[in-house]
Amino acid sequence: MTMIFGIPIQAFLGQLLVGLINGSFYAMLSLGLAIIFGLLRVINFAHGAQYMLGAFAGYLLLTWFGIGYWPSLILVPLIVGVIGLVIEKFALSRLYSVDPLYGLLFTFGLALVLEGIFRYYFGVSGNPYPTPDLLSGGTNLGFMFLPIYRGWVVVASLIVCIGVWLAIEKTKLGAYLRAATENPRLVQAFGVNVPLLLTLTYGIGSGLAGLAGILAAPVYQVSPLMGSDLIIVVFAVVVVGGMGSILGAIVTGYILGLAEGLTKVFYPEASSVVVFVIMAVVLLVRPAGLFGREGA
Amino acid sequence: MNRPNALLSVADLHAWYGESHALHGVSLDILPGETVTLVGRNGVGKTTTLRAIIGLIRKRTGTIQFDGKDLMRLPLHRTAHTGIGFVPEERGIFASLTVEENLMLPPVVAPGGMGLKEIFDLFPNLHERRNSQGTRLSGGEQQMLAMARMLRTGVKLLLLDEPTEGLAPVIVQRIGEVLAELKARGMTILLVEQNFRFASRIADRFFLMDHGRVTADFPAGELETRMDLLHQVLGV
Repeated sequence: MTMIFGIPIQAFLGQLLVGLINGSFYAMLSLGLAIIFGLLRVINFAHGAQYMLGAFAGYLLLTWFGIGYWPSLILVPLIVGVIGLVIEKFALSRLYSVDPLYGLLFTFGLALVLEGIFRYYFGVSGNPYPTPDLLSGGTNLGFMFLPIYRGWVVVASLIVCIGVWLAIEKTKLGAYLRAATENPRLVQAFGVNVPLLLTLTYGIGSGLAGLAGILAAPVYQVSPLMGSDLIIVVFAVVVVGGMGSILGAIVTGYILGLAEGLTKVFYPEASSVVVFVIMAVVLLVRPAGLFGREGA
Repeated sequence: MNRPNALLSVADLHAWYGESHALHGVSLDILPGETVTLVGRNGVGKTTTLRAIIGLIRKRTGTIQFDGKDLMRLPLHRTAHTGIGFVPEERGIFASLTVEENLMLPPVVAPGGMGLKEIFDLFPNLHERRNSQGTRLSGGEQQMLAMARMLRTGVKLLLLDEPTEGLAPVIVQRIGEVLAELKARGMTILLVEQNFRFASRIADRFFLMDHGRVTADFPAGELETRMDLLHQVLGV
């Protein structure tokens, strides 16, 4: 058997793949958090709950209406996105004039309420979501066995992350978003409807969390707690990447996922804390994060 | 008493920064096509007046009429659409946008604005550096960009806050030429300017401010006879 650093290469690559898949979810979720934080200055503690909402929306669409995976891939982000629009328009937008702490407390409370509702109706045990036929099974890469669905998750998240990044960097709406992130009042004085831009941004950020949720449904169990398990790591990703840095959130998401996977190979006991150790080191060396601007 | 044919008419404008009462009843008016300069010492409320007119300061009372519309009732993002462009003192160039993106950022609010080609003819430097990061430009170029991006939008009134501040004489002269060109095209300009020599070359009319209100106003033709008063108030 081929060995690498004294570890069978199959185990090594297997953990690397697990790391890459986790990293795909970290990247998608921290991307949404970074966009929301950049423009709204709100730390969206409900992001994990919105991810959970996405998984449940897919699960309920399937069990109640028989709507399968592929339509859900479009419908779920729309549903969670529209819920996000409503939340911003009727609640969050009223908190911009007060201390940012209120936004944090509100989204934290919202996350608890959402999780509580789903716990009440569905319990804490996970519900399985079937892998779509087209993506079931696996393929032998010669050096390892790759479940096709997991490969798809990595590809899909890369497409989503690059697509969102391009939309922000290359489109007119993206230019409004970047400018308003720097100086919202001036952009509004130029005649751009910034309150609407804030609403849309929260909707898009929520929709991204929902999309991550439906992508995750066949990989992890659909459970009310799936969001809170993930969100703490995702916050660490955002801090390491630099608060509000879009590229930082994406790149750091994948890197930390891989770092976690590698730690599982070499020192499994540390795998659940390695992300936070990296966070502590980065905060000591570069307080603004790897991609953050000082004072930004 | 404000003139009935004024494009912008401000009366008894009060404004507050938090608890601090900054404007104490400013009244002024501008006719279409006029270039008007607000003069006064530091801290008398010149910048505050501009920011209250465009709506960046929300805690305000009094009346602001522009082109027949009541600006007091409009949300901030509707004000520009009545046809007012704002060039802030700090210039407000965005670091995360290229020069061209900065230029294209403000929405067009009325027909009749300059085309991109016309703007680049007027500001050749901006064309050369259109793909640079906005804040990589020199101070003078940033000021040109801050003005240029308002010319695309078709605004009728330009609020300019200290456009020559901190710039070299040759750039100041260039800005003077640009303002003369805009004036020739019929733009109405409300200028706040510490550089009195610069202002005296282009203004049609002066409003003198002190302690948050307008204390005198006179046309450029009376400048000679008013110099004593200006020396006394401005210390120039």
